[in-house]
Amino acid sequence: MIEEKFAYGSSFIHKLDPQIRILALIVLSFAAALCDNLYLAVIYFVISIILISLAGLNRIDVLKRLKPLFWFLLMIWIILPLTFDGDIMYRFYWLKITYQGLILCCKITIKSITIMLIFVALIATMTIASLGSGLHRIHVPDKMVFLILMSYRYISVIEEEYKRLLRAAKFRGFKPGTNVHSYKTFAYIAGMLFVRASLRAQRVHQAMLCRGFNQKFHTLDEYPPNRLNLIFLMGIFGASLSLVILEIIWV
Amino acid sequence: MGFIVTANSSVIKLEDISFSYPGSDTKILDHLNLEIKQGDRIGMIAPNGSGKTTLLHTIMGLCKPDSGTIKVFEKVLNHEKDFLLVRSKIGLLFQDSDDQLFCPTVLDDVAFGPLNLGFSRTDAIDIARKTLEKLGILYFEKSVIHKLSGGQKRLVALASVLAMEPEVLLLDEPTAGLDNKVKEKLIHILNSLDISYFVISHEFDFANAVTDKIYSMENGRILRDDEIHIHRHEHIHKHGKHPHIHK
Repeated sequence: MIEEKFAYGSSFIHKLDPQIRILALIVLSFAAALCDNLYLAVIYFVISIILISLAGLNRIDVLKRLKPLFWFLLMIWIILPLTFDGDIMYRFYWLKITYQGLILCCKITIKSITIMLIFVALIATMTIASLGSGLHRIHVPDKMVFLILMSYRYISVIEEEYKRLLRAAKFRGFKPGTNVHSYKTFAYIAGMLFVRASLRAQRVHQAMLCRGFNQKFHTLDEYPPNRLNLIFLMGIFGASLSLVILEIIWV
Repeated sequence: MGFIVTANSSVIKLEDISFSYPGSDTKILDHLNLEIKQGDRIGMIAPNGSGKTTLLHTIMGLCKPDSGTIKVFEKVLNHEKDFLLVRSKIGLLFQDSDDQLFCPTVLDDVAFGPLNLGFSRTDAIDIARKTLEKLGILYFEKSVIHKLSGGQKRLVALASVLAMEPEVLLLDEPTAGLDNKVKEKLIHILNSLDISYFVISHEFDFANAVTDKIYSMENGRILRDDEIHIHRHEHIHKHGKHPHIHK
């Protein structure tokens, strides 16, 4: 269900410590998200393209990852230029396209693609287990880290249970439709999933207790010390900071 | 931990244990007595709902009995703290491996126990690898658990229990949902272990192959071999493959 297609590789990015990559991601994506200048947004976009090529990922696979985002952007492009107030560029009867609307669309498009690309380049290039240990080392609370790791482990189990319940319903002649009976059936299935998930959580907790779990997070991950870690982090910090300063001076 | 284990000494001793679920009058365990000694290989065949799983969970301190005493290594266990100490010495293999394996990868999971016991990272990995190798499944140490098959998961779950080097193993229907090949592997593994174990199973053949004595359970009490007569008979008759009714 969850593919870790990009997680394995031998590129420069893959060798970086998870915690370094998470820190770089946080700084860079916040800087990009808060940027309000079209030209600077393009520079962030270029940085994200550089990161993707440093990670040596297959371009077509990366584009596939962006697909859901494109649907969202399509909606923005249909709605925003027509509804945003500003200088009218083009008028067709009651439809009017505004200059400000178009600029805003461009900004949203570039910024969202940039942030997605940064995520793909920095985070999708590690396994969920590494992500967990990286988050742990930047002092994200253990509970949150466990939540991520357990969701990753059990989401497929829950999906399996959902399929089993649905199959059982279908074998008894259930045909989903738009009627109360179908909604009720789906509600029962959802309810059953919650019940089962909570029972399973109990059993998992028992199993953890049996193996001496003491609320501590341990990790096996090891990334050898790498001088590039610091250089990369400084590079990203420096670039983000100078772009932010540039934007402040510009305005 | 300071447990002195000598041959024939009692490892687990349950005395007069009673248990019923909150809000229910039915006694799942009713003044039950059970003793597992060093070197014992005991099987338990009993119908569904007879309280077998509850029995194992009581030993591990996951269910608190209403009355009676639990002694592990001659020490009476009362509080969660007492159980914490013995849990590493008793390995429980759960019925559903998905409950037991909660880490992303196989190696993570097998090393989870040793890490909790305070082993260093490298030692924990070492122990995990050795355990996997002993079970002949070292080749999927890096595998992601949710992508393994049921049989593979069962073996990994067993490895994760064995990695804690328990003195006694409790197995809750280890063969449920497994094909014959994995079953045979399990039989081979269990027979090569030199620790005591207690196996709950529905399959007479399996229980017979891995244990020395077979108990049963009825009305919340244990029935020992001399009280039960589990036997099987094969017969041949002229109906051949056609469905028929026995009279």
